[in-house]
Amino acid sequence: MVKSGTVILNTAARFLMPLQLLFSVFLLLRGHDEPGGGFIAGLVAAGAFTLYMFAFGVSATRGVLRMIDPRDLIGVGLLLGMVSIVPAWFVGEAFMTAQWWTIPVVDFKASTPLIFDVGVYLAVLGAVTGMVMSLMEVDKDEP
Amino acid sequence: MIQLTVIAGFILAASVPLLHRWFGERTSLMLAFYPALLAIWLFEQMPAVLAQGNLLFEWQWVPSLGISLAFMLDGLALLFGLLISVIGVFVLIYAGGYLRNHTDLPRFHIALIAFMVSMFGLVLADDLLTLFIFWELTSITSYLLIGFNHDDLEARKSARQGLFVTVAGGLALMAGLVLLGVASGHWSLSEIRADDTDLREHALYTPLLICLLIGAFTKSAQFPFHFWLPNAMAAPTPVSAYLHSATMVKAGIYLLARLHPELGGTTLWVTVLSVVGGLTMFTGAFLAIRFTNVKKLLAYSTVMALGALTMLLGIGTPAAMVAFVAFLMAHSLYKGSLFMVAGALDHSTGTKDVTAMGGLRSLMPVTSVIAFFAALSLAGVPPLLGFIGKELMFEAALGANAFQLLLVLLAFASAILTIAVAAIIALRPFYGPRLITPRVPHEAPLSMLLGPGILASLSLLLGIFPSVASELTAATVTSLTGQSSDAYLSLWHGFNLALLMSIISLALGFLVFKRWDHLRPRLALVAPLMRYGPEAGYEALMENIARFSVWQTKVLQNGYMRNYILVMLLTLIGLLVNSILVRHSPLISFSLDVRFYEVMVVGALAMGALFATLTRSRLGAVVSVGIMGLSIALTFIFFSAPDLGITQLLVETLTVMLLVLVLFRLPRFTSFSTTLERVRDGLIAGTTGALICLLILTAWSIDQFAPISGYMIENSAPLAYGRNIVNVILVDYRALDTLGEMFVLALAAIGVIAMLKFDHKSSQGPQAERKEPYDG
Repeated sequence: MVKSGTVILNTAARFLMPLQLLFSVFLLLRGHDEPGGGFIAGLVAAGAFTLYMFAFGVSATRGVLRMIDPRDLIGVGLLLGMVSIVPAWFVGEAFMTAQWWTIPVVDFKASTPLIFDVGVYLAVLGAVTGMVMSLMEVDKDEP
Repeated sequence: MIQLTVIAGFILAASVPLLHRWFGERTSLMLAFYPALLAIWLFEQMPAVLAQGNLLFEWQWVPSLGISLAFMLDGLALLFGLLISVIGVFVLIYAGGYLRNHTDLPRFHIALIAFMVSMFGLVLADDLLTLFIFWELTSITSYLLIGFNHDDLEARKSARQGLFVTVAGGLALMAGLVLLGVASGHWSLSEIRADDTDLREHALYTPLLICLLIGAFTKSAQFPFHFWLPNAMAAPTPVSAYLHSATMVKAGIYLLARLHPELGGTTLWVTVLSVVGGLTMFTGAFLAIRFTNVKKLLAYSTVMALGALTMLLGIGTPAAMVAFVAFLMAHSLYKGSLFMVAGALDHSTGTKDVTAMGGLRSLMPVTSVIAFFAALSLAGVPPLLGFIGKELMFEAALGANAFQLLLVLLAFASAILTIAVAAIIALRPFYGPRLITPRVPHEAPLSMLLGPGILASLSLLLGIFPSVASELTAATVTSLTGQSSDAYLSLWHGFNLALLMSIISLALGFLVFKRWDHLRPRLALVAPLMRYGPEAGYEALMENIARFSVWQTKVLQNGYMRNYILVMLLTLIGLLVNSILVRHSPLISFSLDVRFYEVMVVGALAMGALFATLTRSRLGAVVSVGIMGLSIALTFIFFSAPDLGITQLLVETLTVMLLVLVLFRLPRFTSFSTTLERVRDGLIAGTTGALICLLILTAWSIDQFAPISGYMIENSAPLAYGRNIVNVILVDYRALDTLGEMFVLALAAIGVIAMLKFDHKSSQGPQAERKEPYDG
């Protein structure tokens, strides 16, 4: 297994992870107009956690994630994907029709596609991180 | 809003566990309010139905596909709806007594209520697809109910058999309904009815009728699919009383009756329905008297009744339609009642064998009276409703336009045997010497007497005063024939041939009952013939499917990655050769106008591929595959697809990371294959590559469809408020696809995680493989 704890990797990971996560959120939010989107952003975020895992190991990463299990993220992602379908019902439009709202104070375009994209983001993040995590955990138990 | 009431039924089914916590033993009574409500609603609608013919309740569901949750209420739907809801009330009350103290009573209630709602939806559905969905739901809930005692091997097997037979039929039904929709151009029953074009003339008539008939025959246990119904008696008795006599098995009959005005009357219809119905009728009656198990007796006599109903639809004369309605009502009432009596007998004596019971009359007086009257109706003795049904059936058979002699003989023989069955059930357990039973017999509780008692009294009342049901009869006959009818029922039909047949059959039937104990050993002689019966065919089919899947798993899916890839590539080659070289000639036209950097990227790609196959170092292979991935990403970026490029780059990075993690767990790099195998693999790989290349070039030169990208580019900003078309496609245009992919991704992740955790556990303990016993 990769021996964690080289100085350069550790230091880099410590600084890179927040940046990568921030970048992933940036990609997620701008995705509708510029290159980016939930899938790419999810992969970037998963990359951030994977890097952290390589540097500090699984248990430290679980510590960073605190109460959140990646598997739960998958579920939340799917739920958001499903939830984003519903609002069209209430305005009497066909199922899955996109709805757009402008949040007045910050002038932010909120929409069901955004909710959907966040769902994609979380599902991808949860799936990839969960897979890498369990792969590394299996490895850890090996003599 | 009847739709909401029906959907509320499913919510009610889901909240049964809560109700059980609050109301305990009274839950059955509480739940019985639901079908009671439906019945009241139906009674309220009755005058409107009689006045207008049919009522439509429509609720748009998927308007873009033209699917709506529409219910249509006409005479036929009203009759079936009333049977379902009224018998449902009594079955729920009865089940509360029969399954008292059963720990799984909530589970039973969930499935039963869900079934009730599905069945109700089925008979009210106007939309063909809605009808199909409810149809399948009844199959599934029936499966759960037959297999209710799931620790019993027989119950599991019977449940599976019922499911396989009805769902296989459901598949045919789906094809039939789609064909019906295509042929008529309408997807709702009311529109099909309103349309004047004659479907019988349509080119698709024969295939669509055959598909629909397979669906209806499997569901309604017609010969040769009748075997699943008697086996379904493994279900608790309330289920048999409800699903397997009064409601679900009549779904197929309902469908045939529903489509009779549009599809009936052709030679094909008349031949198939009369002959199959007649055969089923006789087979059911004949097989019934072989059994001493009271539930099997009743089950086979239900098969007989279902056959008779099909036969009447096949005959198709107005007289036959009146007979259909009378027979249907009579059968549902007496059979539901008799099944509940059978359950009461089983409950209090501990046995289902009628020959093991005797002299129960003094111990179970009320039950014996109920059984007596219900059986009189089954036997068709005046003045019960069953008599009217049987008389009308004889008259219809005598008036048949085709196969008249055959049908009359079959009906006569079946009537004799049915009378024997009725006598066996009503007399054998209650009269004669007192026999020792496993349990000390006692009178059934009120909850178990109420249902059968009321149903049997209805048989008697409707027999004496048939005019009560006249309006309903007329309305049902109207929807059966498609023309308004003023049919009515009456007890006395005058001295005619049908009455003579009734009297003779009563006498002969009683004779069969008297000689029953002597007849049974002789009937047992035909048992070896069963080895060639349809059930044996079903068993052989199931066995061969299992054998085939074992074989194909060994050959195609033997657990070696290289084998899977080989099979997939060979299949792909077959398909590509067929479509490119055989069906279409390859069309290649392109101009070589390449930039320097494009050549470089392609070169890197080729080098990477070559090195990956030739290298003897695993790390080297990973790196060269990585180079290929990055070159592809570069290609995407050159052709201005930044999103794809970024995605490819990220996926490539993560793939390398995952590979590095896995790499350490792999054994040493060794060569598994001989030179010959390598040559073979090389050839297959090369052929696949060449063919894919050819495919892309051909696809490039053929413009079969106008590209959709123009529309997306134009509309993504104004309609979807996004300038990134790729993202707009993912989250808006094709959001449903993306949602599906999210689920696939989630399943894959759960699969990987579960597999790794499982492996990790099994490597520590000896209990790695837990063998599941297979009871097929």
